[in-house]
Amino acid sequence: MRRLLSALGKPFTQTTGLARWMLVAGVAITAVFVICAIFAPWLAPYGFAQSSAHGVEFPKTGPPSSTHPFGTDRLFFDVISRVIWGARTALEVVILSIFACVVLGVPLGIASGFYGGWFDRILVLVMDALYVFPSFLLAIVVSFLLVDVYGGSVIAVSLSLTVVYIPQYYRVVRNTTLSAKEATYIEAARAMGARDFRIMRKYLFGNVIQSVPVLGTLNAADAILTLAGLGFLGLGIQSTEAAEWGHDLNRALPDAGSGVWWTGLYPGLAIVFLVIGLTLVGEGLNETLNPTLRRRRLLPVVMPPRERATPAEEQS
Amino acid sequence: MAIDLTESVEGAAPAQGPVISARDVRVWYGTTRGAIRAVDGVTFDIAPGETLGLVGESGCGKSTLGRGLMGLLPEGAKRDGEVLFRGRDIFSLSKKAAYQLRGSELGMIFQEPLTRLNPLMRISQHFEETIKQHEPDLSKDEIRDRALEVLRLMGIPPTRYRSYPHEFSGGMRQRLMIALALVLRPAFVVADEPTTALDVLVEAQIVQILNDLRRNFQTSLLLITHNVGIVAEACDRVAVMYAGRIVEQGSIAEVFNNPQHPYTRALLQSTISLTTTGLNFIPGAPPDLVDPPDGCRFHPRCPDAMSVCAVKNPVDVERPGGGRVECWLAGPDEEIPSGGKQALDREELTVADEA
Amino acid sequence: MSRGGSGSLPTYIAQRVLLVIPMIWVILTVVFFVLRVAPGDPVSAALGGKLNAQALEQRREALGFNRPLLAQYWDYLSSVIHLDFGTTFSDNQPVLRVIRDNGGATLTLTVAAFVIALVVGIPLGLLAGRYRDSVPDAGIRLFGILTYAAPVFFVGFLMQYYVAEPLGLPTSGDASPITVFQVQPKTHILLIDAFLSGNTEAVQDVLKHLILPAVTLGLLICGVFIRLVRVNMLQTMQTDYVEAAEARGLKRRNVTWRHGFRNALVPVITVIGLQFALLLSGAVLTESTFNWPGLGQKLVFYINNRDYGAVQGIITFFAIAVVAISLLVDIVNALIDPRVRY
Repeated sequence: MRRLLSALGKPFTQTTGLARWMLVAGVAITAVFVICAIFAPWLAPYGFAQSSAHGVEFPKTGPPSSTHPFGTDRLFFDVISRVIWGARTALEVVILSIFACVVLGVPLGIASGFYGGWFDRILVLVMDALYVFPSFLLAIVVSFLLVDVYGGSVIAVSLSLTVVYIPQYYRVVRNTTLSAKEATYIEAARAMGARDFRIMRKYLFGNVIQSVPVLGTLNAADAILTLAGLGFLGLGIQSTEAAEWGHDLNRALPDAGSGVWWTGLYPGLAIVFLVIGLTLVGEGLNETLNPTLRRRRLLPVVMPPRERATPAEEQS
Repeated sequence: MAIDLTESVEGAAPAQGPVISARDVRVWYGTTRGAIRAVDGVTFDIAPGETLGLVGESGCGKSTLGRGLMGLLPEGAKRDGEVLFRGRDIFSLSKKAAYQLRGSELGMIFQEPLTRLNPLMRISQHFEETIKQHEPDLSKDEIRDRALEVLRLMGIPPTRYRSYPHEFSGGMRQRLMIALALVLRPAFVVADEPTTALDVLVEAQIVQILNDLRRNFQTSLLLITHNVGIVAEACDRVAVMYAGRIVEQGSIAEVFNNPQHPYTRALLQSTISLTTTGLNFIPGAPPDLVDPPDGCRFHPRCPDAMSVCAVKNPVDVERPGGGRVECWLAGPDEEIPSGGKQALDREELTVADEA
Repeated sequence: MSRGGSGSLPTYIAQRVLLVIPMIWVILTVVFFVLRVAPGDPVSAALGGKLNAQALEQRREALGFNRPLLAQYWDYLSSVIHLDFGTTFSDNQPVLRVIRDNGGATLTLTVAAFVIALVVGIPLGLLAGRYRDSVPDAGIRLFGILTYAAPVFFVGFLMQYYVAEPLGLPTSGDASPITVFQVQPKTHILLIDAFLSGNTEAVQDVLKHLILPAVTLGLLICGVFIRLVRVNMLQTMQTDYVEAAEARGLKRRNVTWRHGFRNALVPVITVIGLQFALLLSGAVLTESTFNWPGLGQKLVFYINNRDYGAVQGIITFFAIAVVAISLLVDIVNALIDPRVRY
């Protein structure tokens, strides 16, 4: 237990300067959104598709006021509520997609790296093709395909994101597996008769799993943007199904010309801050885990005064 | 042949006094654990045109000493002491002034030649850049002639002048590095394990070049290596280093034929030659330099250790045949307390410091 | 290993071109099968409401959807080789014409954004890498993170609200209707056509429309460049040859520039080229934000119309464009880095 805590704390204690600041700030910001997501029903003053309260309709695109701190939009929805509920949607989708990526990508990567052969080669080809393709365009295409079946639901969007990001996990895991599998302890395990699955589970998995947190965090940041992008184009989650920041921005766009700023500013800021938070965590982790980029806190050198050796007058 | 240096006069005509006069040099590294005392009180002289070999195990501080003299230390490292280069203390110069000496007065040859040249620049550009930096008035042709001359001495034909670094083999790249270091005729050059990364045949060529250095360039050389054989071939004098201190130094003939320090003896014994029939090694490992052992740092591994060795640091004395040595076995007896000459209790030996 | 000069560039180019072909084939295959995975029938999805069952069946037959899958695959590949990207379902025009009419706008936007990103991003990245952990470094990195974190449509929104009005810049379309009417479409790239027509007012008009979208998209990419360049700069300054250069007493400024900057930029060039994919994605969003009449906007239009044929054609074109750009980048890289040509 203590080892786990000290391992978790290492990024904080062993770093100095920017890396540590980034990690702390990132975790703090992300925590705010996580709290919003979990406690949305209690934190948000209204529901995300609520257009009236106590029989009184909300104003249409009303400016920020005491009852609506972030104002209302053209669909009579309360903006601050949609921002808070949006956190829940964002985190739901992203966590779901990353979970799927890990559950699918990691075993595929390990198996691919471990077994090699045709299975590996075909998989690499496919994953590379997916990887090279612009990720957002891929997301658009996949959503386009899924819309008929799943509609604009959380599941559909998560699936789109999974398809887009799986190649990254697969690649990283496969590369780590390839280098790890040449280790002598693997050879020794084989010599002792360990079955393949056991080797993969016991030795390779631990090795490989180390690269996942950084990838996952940076991935999450990107996924939030992709989700918002899909929502902006109308391919993501519909307004009445859940609150989604990108979609809200789409509706807010025409307002910019008519002097209405609150419908777009707040959802946009929400996206910015959550992405920054996740990116800071990811980059902070990266700097601490990557030894070449890490700046350790060096203890200053204090030398006692010089002890003069016997004056070297005669040398030959 | 070594030069008699009974008169080490400060600021005298540089041709006569030693080129380098190091006194009590210390170089400590800052780490997360505490300071590593890589070089902990080193004193030596190098005469003009002389090659001093610096030998020792890995981790004894010889590389650090070389880099410390040049000022190429990482962040958090500190150096102390006095180093007179042609009479001026380079350790007390400002960083900027010390930087000016590099290239034209002080040169460095590194260990790994493969990565020391900019892969995007031709060799000619490397030379032009270096020469132009220090002698801006030369014309392009004059620069080229200078470079080609020094390259010729290294055995590199002029046809290769405009090639890129990756078109050369490792041995040739090391020769390029040496040429670059010498093109401005610095008075003092540090060669940090110049042949360690090269195969034996190439090594011999490089050693030959270093040998000729004295004749062709009048440069003083500090040759850092763990290979005793090279030192015997290419050096005038040798300094043996252990755990941050120079335990013995003197002329090649003296130190190799009549080693005074147990470590020197062990080092020579463990050298492999054509007549070797059995392998010798020094048991144990070098000490942890963050917290070195009390007294003589070699005492945990020394076969001839006495009880005083574990308590007091030996004093630097003159060797019988000339040179210096730091060992209680060589005295001075006045400083050894009574009973100190008894053999060291063997029990203590098993509690050797493992680095 | 001693050779007189560097490897031959034409050979390298030929090799790279040959390698690109299997890559394109794989991508096309993936595109084809991914799109076929769609449950349901593409034709009825696009035209279900407009035609009766009989007409739908005729259409399906005409478009080859009743043929076996592999035959369709073969048709697809062979038409792409002939640069035939299919036909749209909804308005029955060759996709190639859609590309011709709208591609120029997207090209203008992406190139302008790319230039802005380079001009802003690279110097900032180099600065940040050289003066690590200083205040400018922190500020630049923060800026880089901000430009990445702010979605391009949010930045567009902010631009439209805060910048457009005070500066009097248009926020919709790539030119006023007058300009579009006046300028003859020769190259189908509006900016170039405006130049060619010699009509300075038209050129000004086009440029004015270009500013906001290009800056918006450029800022997005700029953040990526900053990060890339900075990391490379950090690594380059730690290399052995930089240390060796300092050991020769070369002026710090020269070491930073000739050994640091230049070498840091070389690996960046390749990665920058790969950012074209990101650029394209961003362009789609930017075009929607600014009503920019490019291929991206058309793609969204066809997607909302469930026009399978158009989507397949445009996506195929994008995929090939991405690969072509990366090939170009490889060649440029070979020109700059002599080691690559072996």
